Amino acid sequence: MIVRSPLRAACCALAVLFASAASADIKIAYIDPLSGLMAATGEHGLRELEFAAEQVNAKGGVLGQKLVIVPLDNKLSTQESQIQLQAAIDQGVRYVVQGNGSSVAGVLIDAINKNNERNPDKTVVFLNYAAVDPDFTNDKCSFWHFRFDANSDMKMEALTSYMKDQKNIQKVYLLNQDYSFGHQVARAAREMLTAKRPDVKIVGDELHPLAKVKDFAPYVAKIQASGADTVITGNWGSDLQLLVKAAKDANLKADFYTYYAGVVGTPPALGDSGVDRVKVVTYWNPNSLATGQTSYIDAYKKKFGATSDPYTGSMHMALDYLTQAMARAGTTDPAKVARAMEGMNIEGPFGPTEMRASDHQLIQPLFVMTFVKNDGKSRYTADGTGDYTFRQEIRFEGPATARPTSCKMQRPS
Amino acid sequence: MSPQARRRLLVWGGYAAVLVAAPLVFHKGFSLSLLCQMGIIIVFSLSYNMLLGQTGLLSFGHAVYYGMGALITIHALNLVQHGWKFPVTLMPLVGGAAGLFFGVVFGYITTRRAGTTFAMISLGIGEMMAACSLMFPGFFGGEAGISGNRSSGGAFLGITYGPQIQMYYLVAAWLLLSTAAMYALSRTPLGRMANAVRDNPERAQFVGYDPQHVRFMMVALSGFFAGIAGGLAALNYEIVTAESLSASTSGMVLLATYLGGIGFFAGPIAGAIVVTLMQTALGSITNAWPFYFGAMFLATVLFVPGGIASVAVLHKRFWDAKLLRRVIAVYAALAVPAALALGFSVLLVEMAYNASDESRSAFRVLGYVIDTTATATWVAAISSTLAAIAACGFTWRAVSARWAEVGAALAGERKP
Amino acid sequence: MELVLTSLLNGVTYGLLLFMLSSGLTLIFSMMGVLNFAHASFYMLGAYFGYAISTKVGFYPALVVAPLAVGAIGAAVERHGLRRAHTSGHVSELLFTFGLAFVIAEAVRLVWGSTPVPYKVPASLDGPLFTLYESTFPTYKAFMMLVSVGMLAALYAGLTKTRVGLVIRAALTRPDMAEALGHDVPRVFMLVFGGGAALAGLAGVIGGNAFVTDPGMAESLGTIVFVVVVVGGLGSLTGAFVASLFIGIVQTFAVAMDYSWHGMSLSRVAPVLPYLIMVAMLIVRPRGLMGTRET
Repeated sequence: MIVRSPLRAACCALAVLFASAASADIKIAYIDPLSGLMAATGEHGLRELEFAAEQVNAKGGVLGQKLVIVPLDNKLSTQESQIQLQAAIDQGVRYVVQGNGSSVAGVLIDAINKNNERNPDKTVVFLNYAAVDPDFTNDKCSFWHFRFDANSDMKMEALTSYMKDQKNIQKVYLLNQDYSFGHQVARAAREMLTAKRPDVKIVGDELHPLAKVKDFAPYVAKIQASGADTVITGNWGSDLQLLVKAAKDANLKADFYTYYAGVVGTPPALGDSGVDRVKVVTYWNPNSLATGQTSYIDAYKKKFGATSDPYTGSMHMALDYLTQAMARAGTTDPAKVARAMEGMNIEGPFGPTEMRASDHQLIQPLFVMTFVKNDGKSRYTADGTGDYTFRQEIRFEGPATARPTSCKMQRPS
Repeated sequence: MSPQARRRLLVWGGYAAVLVAAPLVFHKGFSLSLLCQMGIIIVFSLSYNMLLGQTGLLSFGHAVYYGMGALITIHALNLVQHGWKFPVTLMPLVGGAAGLFFGVVFGYITTRRAGTTFAMISLGIGEMMAACSLMFPGFFGGEAGISGNRSSGGAFLGITYGPQIQMYYLVAAWLLLSTAAMYALSRTPLGRMANAVRDNPERAQFVGYDPQHVRFMMVALSGFFAGIAGGLAALNYEIVTAESLSASTSGMVLLATYLGGIGFFAGPIAGAIVVTLMQTALGSITNAWPFYFGAMFLATVLFVPGGIASVAVLHKRFWDAKLLRRVIAVYAALAVPAALALGFSVLLVEMAYNASDESRSAFRVLGYVIDTTATATWVAAISSTLAAIAACGFTWRAVSARWAEVGAALAGERKP
Repeated sequence: MELVLTSLLNGVTYGLLLFMLSSGLTLIFSMMGVLNFAHASFYMLGAYFGYAISTKVGFYPALVVAPLAVGAIGAAVERHGLRRAHTSGHVSELLFTFGLAFVIAEAVRLVWGSTPVPYKVPASLDGPLFTLYESTFPTYKAFMMLVSVGMLAALYAGLTKTRVGLVIRAALTRPDMAEALGHDVPRVFMLVFGGGAALAGLAGVIGGNAFVTDPGMAESLGTIVFVVVVVGGLGSLTGAFVASLFIGIVQTFAVAMDYSWHGMSLSRVAPVLPYLIMVAMLIVRPRGLMGTRET
């Protein structure tokens, strides 16, 4: 049982300052926001990671050792993340898990590269469960970084492949948040749409400030004026919720193709305004699982409540790959484990997956789903709700989602 | 040597000695990072106090100078990587120059008024720069930031700034220099006139100084030192993101400076240390740290508006007047109830955080597991807290007469 | 043409919403010269109280009870906290409200959690009111506009036509004289602060279900409210009204127009425009559009 107790943690903090901790357990640090605005997302991820680790420990751990999760709050700050990374390394952590925010991921990759170069006896491996900036498996790729979520280009590839066959799509409007992720989504959408459906007109490409817009009515008015029948957006959190609300209020007749309609807080906030209108690309489709394969999800729901959904499946996948790589390498040394993890194949819950050796990107099946009312036929509902669920529109096998990479991986000798 | 000069030498010598010796005591990687962070925030806070404490200018956008200093430095660092010959040791000066430049530009716009108007303009400029940094990622790096490599300049006398300990000594050196410079500045006629402008701008005008000119100079110079802090941050973290320009950074330096005490030169030093420790160390102990932060801030504003420095100075005065023993007696009487009240309040807050925490991890105190969902536990905790606070109130009423006596004795009135 | 009309309508709606939020702040700012950073927190409290009450009893009772509750909290804050901080100067007052905003946000997170709460528009007000070309205008937005204008009317009437309003206005411009004449000025301050908080709370009850109600809503509302108050001018309610409409319309049209300059489209700069306007106003005319004093 993994507990977080103030007094125990205080002793740990003091120990960090003055002594070094030696232990036979495998420590995995979780560096994500646990307080402040993004606390909900960070805490959800921690919950899933701890649950996944518990399942591993229940089966005896790996190489006779138990997995111990060390949560470290980075308050969504890049500077704080570096300090927490240092704290983790001091505590004997060799594996770091993070995913909330590509900015933090980028900083961690940089810091870990420098650490592994300057301190070869304290190498660290980075398991990235959700930071989707494509650069991390292209120009900024690193031998020590492994990504378990499809990057934003791969997701756009899947979305546009689905859209290719939808003949009712004639005019597309791009609306994104004005920061690097939003820019990436807009760029990828434009590129891939023009390649696959040259007849489709892109009637708008709009950027709005991140998490600042309260009233999306002006943007919706613009979309209506352009005559678009489809909106592609990378918006998440309140930006997505408010956008869909405003669209319903103004009676905008357009479908929304999104990345993050399924994550914490969004399905209940979408509610009726999102039904049959919002689509999402994701690797998580619990309703497609056969009855015998759902023990993990059922155990999770038993522990955390019927409306809880372990949709961050990449967490479970990351631990799966880690434990199998450790078993294969016969050691917990990060460099050897990393070598074993490259090129590994594991049968995931939705189909075969592969950790591509060329860029350390996980290749897994992706789905495009629609947000609908639960008519009782679906076993699992969308996270946090009892009335809504996601209906599968199409499934892409792993290799169909894979994209070429420009990564020139430098491996340690 | 005169006693004043000897005292000054002792203080500065002690300061330098602490800076040199600190890493020998705190040598773990995490502690070194923390010390570096503290050093940077100290320079930043001291520069902010030049405005707030010395000139009376409340600014909500001071992070602009810090952030721009950091940004220009990281670009310069990347230039060094591409062949420009400039010693990395002097990089913070580049940051300082950038801070000075923006201090001049924004200072000219903002210092025509003082008081609330100045505060609002600084807020507006801060928000604008923060928004720009996300919109122009090419120069500003956006939220992914611009990264650099501080050991790209080649070794100089064997120093590459790769290891954190070398970075620490760089920070320490610049900290010492900046503190000395800012202290010296506060003793110059400009510094004294800044105080005059803070206290009575009309009178300063009568004496012949233009308040606007004085404010402008102070904004520019404080921008210079903020830029140095930014440059050090760029070297330390090797990445500069939109966060450095953000409103939260401006807020943090305001908090640190105020907490330390704006009425004393060394106040912000104490404030910066406390705030850094609270943010990082406290954050790793409990998830309730933002609550404690806010509560501590409120308590300081309400009960100790002079900050940590004022408390220290007050007790030094007690010591000089040989009243410290009586003061300690008052504290001893209050100690137990206050500790109980504090302990139970913390328990209550931690229980609340645990109850709202969805992962439902067990809540352990001193080895006993406490069930935070049971009503009985809450009733017990709340009543204990209220009882302890009541006990505090009673004790205070009993000893407040003695406290008033000590205060009167300090002020020079004779006790019968 | 369609876009212009829709944008005008949207701009006016947004402007009126801004006014609802900033009317309370104008009062407080004018009265005490205190920048109340916790104003957005009172807005948030109003939204959460509105949610709590409307799920138990109903939306219309919440409309009355929630603002009163927030107002009571505001009065208590003034009486026990702000008054103490006042003795240490303006900076202390400001920092007090700063810390208060922090603590309120955390307290809200403790009680209701970090994820948004499902605060819904009541069924009686849900749905479209009329159709303009292709797009519909929701009934609830019309309701919001109505409340906002009603707020302006009530405040204006209250301040100019009633005796209490007279005392408040006197205390606003000449607090010492008003006190010399025998009015309990500290109590007036407390009432005004509570009243301002109640107005923010009312805005929260109404705005919380139209927009997202989560612990971050105070922070994301951010400083736009200050912009309105500063641009409108200190001491002037009408100024705040005019400024809100101005900023609402300008920002909406900036988004709607497809105008770019050197590759930077106007709609991307739109969020920064209010701050530009504020800075320009402060440089050129620090007392704002219709302000009666400068500080």
